[in-house]
Amino acid sequence: MRIALALAVFLTAGVALAPGAFAQGHEAVEAPKQPWSFNGPFGTFDRASMQRGFQVYKEVCSNCHSMKEMYYRNLTSIGLNEEQVKAIAASATVPGGTDDSGQAVERPALPSDHFRSPFANDKAARSANGGALPPDQSLIVKARENGSDYVFALLNGYEDAPADVKVGEGQYYNKYFPGHQLAMPAPLHEGAVTYADGTPATIEQMSRDVTQFLTWTSNPDLEVRKRMGVKVVLFLTLMTGLTYAVKKKVWKDVH
Amino acid sequence: MAGLHKSEFENPVVNWIDTRMPIFTMMQKEYGSFPTPKNFNYFWNFGALAMISLAIMIATGIFLAMNYTAHTSLAFDSVERIMRDVNYGWLLRYIHANGASMFFIVVYIHIFRALYYGSYKAPRELLFMLGVVILLLMMATAFMGYVLPWGQMSYWGATVITNLFSAIPIVGEGIVTWLWGGFSVDNPTLNRFFSLHYLMPFMITGVVFLHIVALHITGSNNPLGIDVKSPQDTLPFHPYYTAKDSIGICVYLLVFAGLVFFAPNLLNHPDNYIPANPLVTPAHIVPEWYFLPYYAILRSVPNKLGGVILMFSSIAVLFVLPWLDTSPVRSARFRPIYKQLILVMVASFLVLGYVGGKPPEGIYVVLGRVATAYWFLHFLVLLPILGKLERPLPLPESISRPVVRRPPSSGGGGPLPQGATAKPMEKP
Repeated sequence: MRIALALAVFLTAGVALAPGAFAQGHEAVEAPKQPWSFNGPFGTFDRASMQRGFQVYKEVCSNCHSMKEMYYRNLTSIGLNEEQVKAIAASATVPGGTDDSGQAVERPALPSDHFRSPFANDKAARSANGGALPPDQSLIVKARENGSDYVFALLNGYEDAPADVKVGEGQYYNKYFPGHQLAMPAPLHEGAVTYADGTPATIEQMSRDVTQFLTWTSNPDLEVRKRMGVKVVLFLTLMTGLTYAVKKKVWKDVH
Repeated sequence: MAGLHKSEFENPVVNWIDTRMPIFTMMQKEYGSFPTPKNFNYFWNFGALAMISLAIMIATGIFLAMNYTAHTSLAFDSVERIMRDVNYGWLLRYIHANGASMFFIVVYIHIFRALYYGSYKAPRELLFMLGVVILLLMMATAFMGYVLPWGQMSYWGATVITNLFSAIPIVGEGIVTWLWGGFSVDNPTLNRFFSLHYLMPFMITGVVFLHIVALHITGSNNPLGIDVKSPQDTLPFHPYYTAKDSIGICVYLLVFAGLVFFAPNLLNHPDNYIPANPLVTPAHIVPEWYFLPYYAILRSVPNKLGGVILMFSSIAVLFVLPWLDTSPVRSARFRPIYKQLILVMVASFLVLGYVGGKPPEGIYVVLGRVATAYWFLHFLVLLPILGKLERPLPLPESISRPVVRRPPSSGGGGPLPQGATAKPMEKP
């Protein structure tokens, strides 16, 4: 008993010593939690918001950011019909292999094509963006801690640098970015897109919409997964109760 | 001793097979009527749960392998294809990824059970050592599996862990090159890791079989840690423990489902959704959560070779645990000091896990060192001397009559084992 006590004291002392070592330097500000429609066990995507978000991606983000894991055919999941998807695909020009003389050709994209990448390769992307590589956005929400909140906060987080911070050349100040300086200038400005449904295109609105869209591209399984999960949990709860009753009955005479 | 088996099964087909190859008789003996101590608590579910975990991992893994491509330029995209285009591929992959975590949770609790109730003591030393072999094989399998998606953590985790071997004097560098199949973690590394990741679960299955063979020779330990004295102390495995294990399986599946369906990436690192890039090092390279305690031990030593040795020793010490613990009493219920020390040991393991996920600076280094020191102190110093110093509580006479012989008015001496009285199992 006494040995255990002494050890406990010893261990606690270890924790209590060296205070102040928790101080952390240039960590990013944590992104505030947002009430997303896809949060929680019954969460679903907001189709209208996703479609607006796709418009933002198409007209703004996709000028620099690729989205290699996505196909145009996937867009039926955000509520577009097949004709719309065909038209969207056809408006992009993609590499179409070679012709009979071996020359590289281009052709309009089909729904079965991957989203068109803005640059032929990473080097081209870097050279057009001051040396920085715009990350692929297929998985951007899953590739960041609290991805949806982070992307939303980042898009809204551009501000003038505090007086004591010297922003590097070709860098922009954003309080939510780790290190606070990134090579992407504020991508959205008031009215950058014109929404067909008349929603005012404020920076906050566009960020919210494009985050809905990007959350879906990262987690296309989310709705099916949560719906199935609710059923599975209900079934297992029932099964647990039943199994418990069976066990009680089996063990009734044991003492 | 050749000769046909005299089968007692009535079904003619079963009887025909059983006469020539008595597997039905064996199953009946080992899983049907197998005499099992009747006083198990729910900690004894975790062996069955580990078995279920292994089966789930193999089943999902086989189907994932059908759709996975082990090539550095294709691996990441092939995993995304599984997630997006393979029917229920997301379900398979999330079950497999979270299944690894569930397997480790279950196995860690299973090991805690063995430590708390002294299941490693004679005559179960070999049984316990086979269990440690399974743990090591699981760790190797999990590590290689984490490399396969070829994300940033896959690549950098593989680089850090394989580089540990370079700490070995003289031959270290050669071993690392040999492991990699080249001069850095690259396609040959990914390819062999895939091959080994597919092989090792079947090695685990083999050792699990031996683990169970050994278990069925010695028989199970029990919460009182005393030997079975008479048939009154036992129950047939079926239906009593099949029923009891089923409850555990249901609860296990509930927790599992919660992870898979509602928080599938909770235990994963976001960086692993960024394709591997040898030119960009992540800010903090951290292994999967179940490796964090060992990672903390590794980093608590300023010398690389020392850290590697200490890390491997932290598990190797379990191999000799049956001889380090000198107390003849198995269950912690009757060991008042050990009962507390083991909780301190669990705390030190948890502290190590916490520290392993933090950058190696400031307070975390101090904490990691204190916890590492306790881990070894516990096994190498305290357990050997405790067996001599500690005065165990009086042991019950038998499992079915857990009455302690002692003078009627003795008063002190600690509480009696409450769970061992009349109806032990009925109170959840």
